[in-house]
Amino acid sequence: MLRFLLRRVTLIIPTFVGVTFLSFMLIHLVPGDPIEVRVGEHGIAPERLAQLRHEFGLDQPLWQQFLTYEVQLAHGDLGVSVVTRDTVWNEFTTLFPATVELAVCAIIFAMVVGLPLGVIAAVRRGSAFDYGLMGLSVTGASMPIFWWGLMVILVFSVSLGWTPVSGRISDIYFVEPWSGFMLVDCWFADEAGACASAWGHLILPMIVLGTIPLATIARMTRSSMLEVLNEDYIRTARAKGLSVPRVVVVHALRNALIPVVTVIGLSVSSLLGGAILTETIFSWPGVGHWLVESIQRRDYPVLQGGTLLVAVLVILVNLGVDVTYSFLNPRIRR
Amino acid sequence: MALLEIRNLAVEFATARGRFRAVDGVDVTIDEGEILCVVGESGSGKSVSMLAVMGLIAWPGRVTADVMRFAGTDLLGLPSRQRRKLVGKDMAMVFQEPMSSLNPCYPVGWQIAEALRAHNAVAKPKVRDRVVELLDQVGIPAPASRMGAFPHQLSGGMNQRVMIAMAIACNPRLLIADEPTTALDVTIQKQILDLLISLQKQGGMALALITHDMGVVAETAQRVQVMYAGQMVEEQLTDSLFSAPRHPYTAALLDALPERAMGRARLPTIPGVVPGIDDRPSGCLFNPRCRFVQERCLTTPPQLEGPAGARARCHTPLDAAGQPTGVAA
Repeated sequence: MLRFLLRRVTLIIPTFVGVTFLSFMLIHLVPGDPIEVRVGEHGIAPERLAQLRHEFGLDQPLWQQFLTYEVQLAHGDLGVSVVTRDTVWNEFTTLFPATVELAVCAIIFAMVVGLPLGVIAAVRRGSAFDYGLMGLSVTGASMPIFWWGLMVILVFSVSLGWTPVSGRISDIYFVEPWSGFMLVDCWFADEAGACASAWGHLILPMIVLGTIPLATIARMTRSSMLEVLNEDYIRTARAKGLSVPRVVVVHALRNALIPVVTVIGLSVSSLLGGAILTETIFSWPGVGHWLVESIQRRDYPVLQGGTLLVAVLVILVNLGVDVTYSFLNPRIRR
Repeated sequence: MALLEIRNLAVEFATARGRFRAVDGVDVTIDEGEILCVVGESGSGKSVSMLAVMGLIAWPGRVTADVMRFAGTDLLGLPSRQRRKLVGKDMAMVFQEPMSSLNPCYPVGWQIAEALRAHNAVAKPKVRDRVVELLDQVGIPAPASRMGAFPHQLSGGMNQRVMIAMAIACNPRLLIADEPTTALDVTIQKQILDLLISLQKQGGMALALITHDMGVVAETAQRVQVMYAGQMVEEQLTDSLFSAPRHPYTAALLDALPERAMGRARLPTIPGVVPGIDDRPSGCLFNPRCRFVQERCLTTPPQLEGPAGARARCHTPLDAAGQPTGVAA
């Protein structure tokens, strides 16, 4: 297992180079540079423009800029935002917990709801419940998020007034940003109502972001369970005189989870890249929002560094999925 | 009193074209400590009727019977919770495909222990010892170290031994073995059969062996039931079945044994195939393939008739010389 992990971690390095190369080249293909974008329509003196470009190293040939960037990375330096002059690492670590908090809650929500629904649909296949659920899951998986998010806000925040519209917590609370995870910080903050407020702010984006994974997980679980329930070893389990829940959960679900875990892992890694639409609709201060802005401002270091960090996380999550996989499936354990 | 007594068992499945009877009018009687063989071609309803005994026919299959009694308990009226207390404990089953009949996610020792725990067969701290003992009993070398092995790490023969260990874990009174050797190679087949028979002798349990191998029948069984197209066509003691089959189908099956066809240029076969869902003939189901077919065989379905222990579903059962009786000359 250790050797397996080592090999996988070593594979990260070429992936790094590939990711930085791609993000570097793509953003440089976009016309304009950070200086021009900041200067805007009014323009400044050409001498000043050249001076600023020189200051940021933008006057050098592209390959040299890339090499400089790679060397800088190798020293563990992600660079400084052209816009805010703050380090990319600082900005990322401030915003990332919000994204993680939302993504993790969304995926837990999707699993807690989706897995049992899929299992029940498979066990009662052909029933009204099964058809109803599968119809809903197609709807869920094909729902445009911007529309769904706005509808949820309209109903629960505007009409019913149950939850706040946006942000992470009410202004009336001040919570020491100890871990960056609002739910954790509120737990330790010892301020009455802070936790409730944090949950209130989280619940709608969580549901909106979790809808597509939820629908996918429910469908995958159902089809995987249907396949497994026909296996010979399920008949063996029943021949032991085990109860139906035990046969379904212990014998069938464990096997059926193997493909489902892959789907969950893929969802997690795509959510970590920042749920751009959801974060925008709910003004959630996460990395998705930050990356989109960095494109508009041609903030090269932020875009490149942010992309790289997200890529690392995606790789780590996939590694985690593979490890989980080998625990679920003894046949691929080495 | 018989251990298992079933009268007029029928199993129906819903198909696109209506209900299909996979098993129809089967009687099964097994005494305590007896070996019964059930033989027949593929699709003759051998497995389905035994799955029905175990209560393993899944919805939308439907099981009906006039009588279905196990050790004095009426299985038909038994709530499923009560039924599960019998299944796996007093009656157990070994299946055809050992490689796919064990759950790939759990070690074999765990799977055997689960059977023990489900029925509280032994006290909790003794479960492990009992599993080792069972693995040893079914002839698995180094049983203690094999407990943690996964099914994919063992051979087919070893997995079948594990299946047998699992089935006999709670000392069942009836063991049903559904073609336990079909998926194994010939040398292993012999070992597994010998194992089943020695376990049957040691434990005094009844054994219902489903097979399509007449050689196996001759070696092991005390009594034989022959199935054809979902019906029981003949029931006899083994010796008399081999010397004087009463149903033309049984006679044809025996003729097709290579051992009995010595000195002939060609091995006799039974022409045609077992009728499927759509092409069941009227009258006797065997009539399209029968050598002795008569006028009434085409119209009237025969009933299972004859003295107890030598019944046949035929209008003109064969006599000791192999000639049909009761035929108008």
